[in-house]
Amino acid sequence: MYLGRVMGSIVATVKDRNLHAQKLMIVQPLNPQLIPTGKQLICTDAVGVGAGEIIYYCRGKESSFPFLPAEVPTDTTIVGVVDEVRAEC
Amino acid sequence: MILARVAGNIVATRKDPRLEGFKLLIVKPVTPEGNPESNYLIAVDSVGAGPNDLVLVVSGSSARMAEGCKDKPVDASIVGIVDLVHLEK
Repeated sequence: MYLGRVMGSIVATVKDRNLHAQKLMIVQPLNPQLIPTGKQLICTDAVGVGAGEIIYYCRGKESSFPFLPAEVPTDTTIVGVVDEVRAEC
Repeated sequence: MILARVAGNIVATRKDPRLEGFKLLIVKPVTPEGNPESNYLIAVDSVGAGPNDLVLVVSGSSARMAEGCKDKPVDASIVGIVDLVHLEK
């Protein structure tokens, strides 16, 4: 899983049936020092986050598991809100 | 998932039989601000996207979870047409 910051959201009316009612958030990946690293992504949201929050997200097919038994076609899902990061290196 | 803009389509007569009947579009990834990135990819379209549409592309094995793509040799699917990108300041 990876750290990221929620930058905003997107709205899509026409979409896959299984994406219906899913929140789609724009996420900027961060390193443990909370410095932006890499390209921004669109993630589905399994926990209910808001803009500005530091979160962690998972990638790959496992991203659809929080929504089982629905088969949501997503490859990046926010699975937690970060309270604190203690990076020692 | 990533944001991308539809840049064209491709036609392939000889292909895996399980890909028959699929619409294949050329998409160019863009940032949430709308700036194009340097790469292109070919994605299967399951929502009816057209030229210049801003779309949502899911990659990897999750692409097979898009409607009609079960057990197909697909690693990128268009799963939504974006109406609005909301970026927090």
